Amino acid sequence: MINSVYIHIPFCQQLCHYCDFTKFFYNEAAANEYIEALANEINQNIPNEKTYVKTIYVGGGTPTALTVEQLRSLLNLIYKKFDIANCKEFTIEANPGDFDIDKIKLLKSYGVNRISLGVQVFDDKMLEELGRIHKVKDVYRTIDLLTQQHFSNISLDLIYALPNQTVNQFEKSLQEAMTFNLPHYSTYALQIEPKTIFYQRYKKGQLHRPPQEAEVEMYTILKDTMQANDVYQYEISNFAKQGYESQHNLTYWNNDYYYGFGAGAHGYLPGKRIGNIRPLPHYIKKALDNGMPVLTTEEIGLKEQIEEEFFLGLRKLEGVSKSSFEKKFGFTYNKLYGQTVSNLIQKGWLAEDQQYIKLTDEGILFGNDVFAQFLLENSDLELVY
Amino acid sequence: MVKKQKNVRNFSIIAHIDHGKSTLADRILENTKALTQREMKEQFLDAMDLERERGITIKLNAVQLQYASKDGEEYTFHLIDTPGHVDFTYEVSRSLAACEGAVLVVDAAQGIEAQTLANVYLALDNDLEIIPVINKIDLPNADPERVAQELEDVIGIDKDDVILASAKDNIGIEEILERIVTDIPAPQGESEEPLKALIFDSLYDPYRGVIAYVCVKDGAVKIGDKIKMMATGKEFEVNDLGVFTPKPVNKDELTVGDVGFLTASIKNVGDTRVGDTITLAKNEADTPLPGYRRLNPMVFCGLFPVDSNKYNDLREALERLELNDSSLQYEAETSQALGFGFRCGFLGLLHMEIIQERIEREFNIDLITTAPSVIYEVEETSGETVEVDNPSVMPDPQIIKEVREPFVKATIMVPNDYVGAVMEIAQKKRGQFMDMEYLDDIRVNVIYHIPLSEIVYDFFDQLKSQTKGYASFDYDLIGYHPSNLVKMDILLNGETIDALSFIVHRDFAYERGKHIVDKLKDLIPRQQFEVPVQAAIGNKIVARSTIKAMRKNVLSKCYGGDISRKRKLLEKQKEGKKRMKMVGSVEVPQEAFMAVLEMNDD
Repeated sequence: MINSVYIHIPFCQQLCHYCDFTKFFYNEAAANEYIEALANEINQNIPNEKTYVKTIYVGGGTPTALTVEQLRSLLNLIYKKFDIANCKEFTIEANPGDFDIDKIKLLKSYGVNRISLGVQVFDDKMLEELGRIHKVKDVYRTIDLLTQQHFSNISLDLIYALPNQTVNQFEKSLQEAMTFNLPHYSTYALQIEPKTIFYQRYKKGQLHRPPQEAEVEMYTILKDTMQANDVYQYEISNFAKQGYESQHNLTYWNNDYYYGFGAGAHGYLPGKRIGNIRPLPHYIKKALDNGMPVLTTEEIGLKEQIEEEFFLGLRKLEGVSKSSFEKKFGFTYNKLYGQTVSNLIQKGWLAEDQQYIKLTDEGILFGNDVFAQFLLENSDLELVY
Repeated sequence: MVKKQKNVRNFSIIAHIDHGKSTLADRILENTKALTQREMKEQFLDAMDLERERGITIKLNAVQLQYASKDGEEYTFHLIDTPGHVDFTYEVSRSLAACEGAVLVVDAAQGIEAQTLANVYLALDNDLEIIPVINKIDLPNADPERVAQELEDVIGIDKDDVILASAKDNIGIEEILERIVTDIPAPQGESEEPLKALIFDSLYDPYRGVIAYVCVKDGAVKIGDKIKMMATGKEFEVNDLGVFTPKPVNKDELTVGDVGFLTASIKNVGDTRVGDTITLAKNEADTPLPGYRRLNPMVFCGLFPVDSNKYNDLREALERLELNDSSLQYEAETSQALGFGFRCGFLGLLHMEIIQERIEREFNIDLITTAPSVIYEVEETSGETVEVDNPSVMPDPQIIKEVREPFVKATIMVPNDYVGAVMEIAQKKRGQFMDMEYLDDIRVNVIYHIPLSEIVYDFFDQLKSQTKGYASFDYDLIGYHPSNLVKMDILLNGETIDALSFIVHRDFAYERGKHIVDKLKDLIPRQQFEVPVQAAIGNKIVARSTIKAMRKNVLSKCYGGDISRKRKLLEKQKEGKKRMKMVGSVEVPQEAFMAVLEMNDD
């Protein structure tokens, strides 16, 4: 069963210097066309109305860069195709810079029940350097408005290890974020991705990232601070109060299926992971044409499923359930990974109890090293089949 | 002299890289109708992929062409190709020895280069008639006037004899062909004399054994003849004879003036040494042709498989390459740090790079190459002299009386604006200034004596970059001289890594040590623990840096459900590890082993 939907809105009022998602400067005509194309893609893939899904996530880009009218047609579309009344979590990403009371009311009326706010850092100067259009005061204003409209499930996105950021600056910004006492925080260490402005600067030696030592210190402060505020870590970069874990994001880490609609969106359907065309005109043409604007299809065979069960599952703090693994694949994990797991336990990166295999505190810091160990060779499967 | 011999013309083309030799060769093939347009693959003579990519010719080829001259007669041309790099000077000299003339091609904008000049001198040494051609006259910055004057000043060629051409636009080609007929003499040998055939190249063919490229100087050779290699004394029976047109065409006999190929069930290219003379076993020539020299490798390095399981694959690769390359030498070597591998000898750096690249590409073996070294002569206190081609086996300082290293005479040709830059590099490379001569108003020949070890690595690169590419360079080995040399060891995490040891002049030791430990610090990625990097002479640490411990390696970013991308990242990380070598407890990337000789400060 496919119980989750991701919908990508690739428009922004301004392009952030670090972002490598599919995004374009907002343009009214293009956005109208895009919504039409998106509608066709969704209609072709979801034939029935009021289809049940557990989670819907509208991300970007910046969904709130759309006008009220455009947002309304997008929400109408979603409302028609999916059974919103029974949808557990309906998230929309929003920018403090282009959110207003009309848009907030609109979202509320269509059953959106979770808002993910791209705040990034509580420091106007750094916001400017990131290429963001909002200021710290906009965050206060937006959260006020959201609270007034009875949105309680709000998440803040924070980025740390920013260029020239000191540990003290980070701590101060984090403390300010905590004052809102929100139920969910997503935190990412800045990643320099190709095809971004930051990457160009970095290559020219004009961008100075904090050293690894500082980054680790920031991460430690982050964990301690969250804990002190009763927000617990349930995934490498996600913290929530009990019961507020993002159901949609857990779809990814639980290795469950999800649709991905929109330019550059990714989906996981039985047997394959697909990636949509990124450039807007090509996406629109293809989506209007036959509703299948797919660029890449990666076959997910048994080997890939097994690998992903681990390298995604281990991102959750609870870890990978041994019994679920056995139920899913028909053999115990240790037939394939017994040696790998015991080596990593010895190294202090993994821990194991009756039910779960999970990363240790130290293991989280070296997550990629751990995950890479779970990649298999084709011949490994002969051990179990 | 029979008419057939009278109408034969054997020649080479001498040119600097990029001055248009290959294009000119193609035009000659076209204009003599050797190839139809359809068969015409761009630059026919450069067949090997690597050659094509690097724009240089490594293997020689000889092509027979028919040319109907304006004088009404039909001529047989043999175009003998020559390699275009300083590493292969000897091979050039032997292919020139097969000719009576050479077409000298010089770029109309850039003028003559040091390497070309060196080859022209080789041609003159072999008494070749030179036909000067100024190519690329169609270029906007062409200055044929100046270049012609330069040819007159530098080589003594009458500037009125120069042909102006553009091989690209087919200008001047006919004149070149006519001048080959009129200016280059026919081969002078005697068909009644005992056989003397010069081997100027050979290659190994898996089905036919070694194919020797020969030029018959005296006598004749027929299929079934018993032949003898005069240098090695080995005897074989001829299976096949023929010429390339450029397709191979079999013949029953090769006679005076013929340039073609010969096979005789020869299993090893070492038996057909370039420069050797083939004669008949039953009717031996008294003396071989002059000029034979056994080629000795000048540059040595260790080749180790990154994956130690591939040691036997590497041995097979070297065996295969050796079949075709008699100047490649190798013997098994064991390194504490790198395990089992081979110590290999090469004619020069380019030769080394080519072999290394072919092993990686054609045999799919990831290699670790240790820094190139030369052969040092070490006189011990006992009076015994040992040859050291591997820094890690340098004797203990206590028993060394004197260390001698090979020196070369380096000839650097450069516009006078860059003389200062050249001198600075040469000085840094421990060069001893010998002479400087003005070739004309602008061009200067600067001559230095420089230790070979200093030029084997990045000398030419530095020269090129410091002179905006204007400098050209040639060198000759001039013998061994004592130097104040010491062995420097590199320690990672307190362990001496034998594969990183190198020999350095004592005066430069501290500076070099500091530079290298800093460089290694940047090249070796952070490990799970802190790793000190030290440079030591004997027991004395002269420089130190520290690779900090890796503190984290995790992606916090979500990628919006793009799991395929995460997977790729993890796979890349896993692949990357495969290209690293575990040295003791430290993972070292391939590049680190070459770092020890890099001097530039970037």
